[in-house]
Amino acid sequence: MAFIPHTSADVAAMLAAIGANSIEELFDEIPQELRTRALEGIPEALNEMQVGRLMSERARADGALMNFIGAGAYEHHIPAAVWAITTRGEFYSAYTPYQAEASQGTLQLIYEFQTMIARLTGMEVANASMYDGASATAEAALMAVRANRKSSSARILVPTTLHPHYRRVATATTHNQGLKLEELPYAAAEGTVAPAALARYEGEDITALVIQQPNFFGRFEDVDALTDWAHARGTLVIAVVNPTSLALLKPPGEWGARGADIAVGEGQPLGVPLSSGGPYFGFMTTRMELVRQMPGRIVGRTLDVAGKSGFTLTLQAREQHIRRAKATSNICTNQGLLMTAATIYLALMGPQGLQRTAAAAHARARELVAGLTRVPGVRQAFAGAHFHEAVLQLDRPVAGVLKGLAARGIAGGFDLSAYYPQLGHALLVCATETKTSADLERYRVALSEVMQAARAA
Amino acid sequence: MSNVPADLKYTKSHEWVRALPDGSVEVGITDHAQHALGDLVFVEVPEAGRTLKAGEACAVVESVKAASDVYAPLAGEVTAGNPKLQAQPEAVNAQPYGAGWLMRLKPAPGALAAADLLSAADYQKVLDAEGG
Repeated sequence: MAFIPHTSADVAAMLAAIGANSIEELFDEIPQELRTRALEGIPEALNEMQVGRLMSERARADGALMNFIGAGAYEHHIPAAVWAITTRGEFYSAYTPYQAEASQGTLQLIYEFQTMIARLTGMEVANASMYDGASATAEAALMAVRANRKSSSARILVPTTLHPHYRRVATATTHNQGLKLEELPYAAAEGTVAPAALARYEGEDITALVIQQPNFFGRFEDVDALTDWAHARGTLVIAVVNPTSLALLKPPGEWGARGADIAVGEGQPLGVPLSSGGPYFGFMTTRMELVRQMPGRIVGRTLDVAGKSGFTLTLQAREQHIRRAKATSNICTNQGLLMTAATIYLALMGPQGLQRTAAAAHARARELVAGLTRVPGVRQAFAGAHFHEAVLQLDRPVAGVLKGLAARGIAGGFDLSAYYPQLGHALLVCATETKTSADLERYRVALSEVMQAARAA
Repeated sequence: MSNVPADLKYTKSHEWVRALPDGSVEVGITDHAQHALGDLVFVEVPEAGRTLKAGEACAVVESVKAASDVYAPLAGEVTAGNPKLQAQPEAVNAQPYGAGWLMRLKPAPGALAAADLLSAADYQKVLDAEGG
């Protein structure tokens, strides 16, 4: 079978049938000024062999570095069985099939994924997954505006301790839909939102408050106080959480007296390898009373006419193919393959395995920070506990230091200076269970050398 | 044949309106509409206090096969959404003109007179034209 569905003869026949001279003519009503002309910065086409060579060269350059970058995507050990099972023919598809109920195995797997995510977050219902953590956060903001019928302001408070990329995606997704995302500052010494900072919103109509836990700096927000503050004022709470951390931390369903209303997050830490920004997957959960405002697919378990248990797509009246323009979202699909890997990962790890992973990552990060802050010119930016990453402040620009570290085989962290200029030369570092004490020592020695060389220069 | 009570007013979009003694009105969907939707599984009614414009989408009725908006037949302020429908959406199927009412409205000044409402006989003509 040819990969190109229409031959030039097919195209000519179709154009002749409708009386058009060219494909271009079909688009002639689009004004010139709206057209994209030649795309800049796109190189010439390569054939399969050339692409293969280019990519393996780039992979070699990447793979050589020992990684201490987190910032939303985390390196964890993935048991070999996860992808051996995920890539079996029966699972190897990115999509829920169009005749979904004909694929009972796929639906059962999604149902189990939803169950695991709901239990991990302590929430009542999960969807079948979203594109990634950032888009799930944006969808949660839209959902909160639909769900909070007591609020008409569409104002969402977004702490600057939420991942800066998530904030950009959420703003890009929602600003043309009338949402107002308002930045909430953090306390400079702690790197967390001070509940006192909320006082200025007293008496105002706020639709929802976003809380990331652990936050972008790896620090722990006072989730109980923030959640209770919001609920006392009719404001919904959107939790943005790291699934690995939930093996140790209080789940969003138990935040404050009533729990968060919507919980979302990036699912990549659950069995998905780091891969230049994706594909990753997001997850989304809520309480049952808000389920009709939740976007995405949901699989339910039911009984067939013979009384046998089976799985089915449910609550589809929220979705595009039925509700059209009034659907809860234009996103009516899921990240099938990555969600499959995550389900197998969680099944293999179990609650204890995930707990051990989270505890090991936390211990490694503490050890890393203790070591690196012994290097002259390096201090920790925020006092207090952190999960598996932390912000360091250097006495010189981060970019040059990272370059020196890369020359020594180390990807040293995420440069925060463009995102948080007020933090000065700030570097976000991460360590997980994949690092040994010897690895951490290697980083410390390399950093010491780079800082010393820079000072001498 | 659908049931079209003679004492109610109707809209072309299949809502009914009942004048109540206190000057407010009760609104629901017609027998024809509930039958066309099939078994309802969820009904979303407006919150009391919400101000509606005539023709504004103000409630949602969802069956296993479709979800449809219900439109305000006239301008006014919502005095109540039917609180029983959250637990018993099937009441709209069983008693569309009774226990299955959706909301009560206090019409805006002049709104009742200005509303484009049909008599039972005229609504029956709409149904006949639709083949129902």
